[in-house]
Amino acid sequence: MLIARFLRNGLDWRAGVVIAILAVVAVGVPLLSLYTPADSPIHVPTYVVSLLGKYLSYALLALSVDLVWGFCGILSLGHGAFFALGGYAMGMYLMRQIGSRGVYGNAELPDFMVFLNWKELPVAWWGFEHFPYALLMVVLVPGILAFVFGWFAFRSRVTGVYLSIITQAMTFALLLAFFRNDFGFGGNNGMTDFKDILGFNVQADATRGVLFAVTALALAFFFLVCSALVASKFGKVLVGVRDAESRTRFLGYRVENYKLVVFVLSAAMAGIAGALYVPQVGIINPSEFSPAFSIETVIWVAVGGRGTLIGPIVGALLVNYAKTVFTTGALAQYWLFLLGGLFIAVTLFLPKGIVGTLSGLLRRRRATPPAAEAPAPNPQAAE
Amino acid sequence: MHEKAKDALLYLDGVTVSFDGFRALNQLSLVIEPGEMRAIIGPNGAGKTTMMDVVTGKTRPQAGEVYFNGTVDLTRRDEAEIASLGIGRKFQKPTVFESHTVWDNLELALAGNRGPFAAIFRPRGAEAAERIERILRTVRLSERRDVRAAFLSHGQKQWLEIGMLLAQEPKLLLVDEPAAGMTDSETAATADLLKEIAKEKSVIVVEHDMTFVRALGVKVTVLHEGSVISEGTIDHVSADPRVIEVYLGR
Repeated sequence: MLIARFLRNGLDWRAGVVIAILAVVAVGVPLLSLYTPADSPIHVPTYVVSLLGKYLSYALLALSVDLVWGFCGILSLGHGAFFALGGYAMGMYLMRQIGSRGVYGNAELPDFMVFLNWKELPVAWWGFEHFPYALLMVVLVPGILAFVFGWFAFRSRVTGVYLSIITQAMTFALLLAFFRNDFGFGGNNGMTDFKDILGFNVQADATRGVLFAVTALALAFFFLVCSALVASKFGKVLVGVRDAESRTRFLGYRVENYKLVVFVLSAAMAGIAGALYVPQVGIINPSEFSPAFSIETVIWVAVGGRGTLIGPIVGALLVNYAKTVFTTGALAQYWLFLLGGLFIAVTLFLPKGIVGTLSGLLRRRRATPPAAEAPAPNPQAAE
Repeated sequence: MHEKAKDALLYLDGVTVSFDGFRALNQLSLVIEPGEMRAIIGPNGAGKTTMMDVVTGKTRPQAGEVYFNGTVDLTRRDEAEIASLGIGRKFQKPTVFESHTVWDNLELALAGNRGPFAAIFRPRGAEAAERIERILRTVRLSERRDVRAAFLSHGQKQWLEIGMLLAQEPKLLLVDEPAAGMTDSETAATADLLKEIAKEKSVIVVEHDMTFVRALGVKVTVLHEGSVISEGTIDHVSADPRVIEVYLGR
């Protein structure tokens, strides 16, 4: 309904371009991978398909961070937790599909449980052999965590750096919990050695192609949802909260409810991103909960341009491509320095990120009055 | 509750607020009748802004009663709830949403459902657009409707904020130093605008500028160190020796 109204009001041309590109990529890349001979110059090897699929799931995660940070001013340094929870829900489904093909050949229990001498499946694992149930959990588990967390944090009016710190604490607490073997989710090894998804071999080229296409389409879909959302009155209230929170309150808006809705939605998006990531990468382990990963996500958004929706996608793709290039070469040990340097450089020289700066330039070029430059988000709240 | 509170639009009695031992409000009592416009003056630190904070729910008083419309206890409600009851506030420093256009600022302020889901799913009606047009004309910003609020002049921001107050359709408007930083002609126009508004709504104006208060021509309350020291016409309070001592004579 919301999207229909957005489409009727005319899609922003940039949003249209992004969605068109994603749709073409979603179809084109798998076709080039499956139906061109391996020695053809336009052939896309399967490993590249999976790599691109991984980037796109990161882009969806970055999009979810931009929705809360760029538009509502909630700097979450723990979004990796929602991503990982979605990933674990998918991982649990994939583990249950292994069945008796595991090393220990136990039809009921995943290998690590047999190894730990467990006799029966823990309650938390019940139902995960069913794909629809697992999909539900992909959205519900991060969503409920975000709801509970946001309920307390936003109601107590925790904002700014304090909120960022407790989101870090949240993801770190989950990291420690998931590291424990007796927590029941594979300990520090996590889950891997997946065999099937919906009866198809996850390693097969065709499956990889489909997973890639689904990821690209999911990204396009959520990009559309986010674009419609920020263009609606809801989005305007969010920006009001970002720029002048107490003014918004004095207008009669319950700021905590708006924050809660957008935070839960964003967490669910991050969970879906995680669920798309796991079958393409073939492993999920607690490292996704590490605070550093969440901070990296924020860097993608900052590099691309926060508050632009396109920026986080561009940022996630660029930074991760750079990461792949650098960490496979002789420069591998300098990657973290480079990443840190990149963040500092963007903060100093491109505070609006790549997309924000480019669209600022474009707008000036069109010679509307000099006033057309976008005002930077004003962090100062009403007194 | 005192008998008087029942008929009053706003009733404050014995309100005390202290911050770390400093008494910002000290046994403050104040009654605003329905339809009344009242000017509140006082030197810096007299408690004017704190009084507004108490009424709008930003600050909870340690003691005293605050009633709106005779029966609604404001000390038990939060900002959003009080705003929905019909109390609008204009800040001393103009606070508008800088990255939104003039139009969007007014749209956000427009009275209506404040829930997040209504904001997502309910489209804006033609009737709302008409109301926004009307307010734009009242505050003389029709020409600048598509300009981002960040690029308005100081005076225009003040007017936009008054427009946002009107859009909220409050019963009571709290206006903090509307003439601050305005030119003389803007000040006069603002006084006229407030008088126009006061025909339909109750208004409390906090102001430093005596010319402005004189131009309003309404009952004046003088605050000093958190309590009322004088009340009456502008001529009456200007002649009060206590007022001269603490405020005007300095």
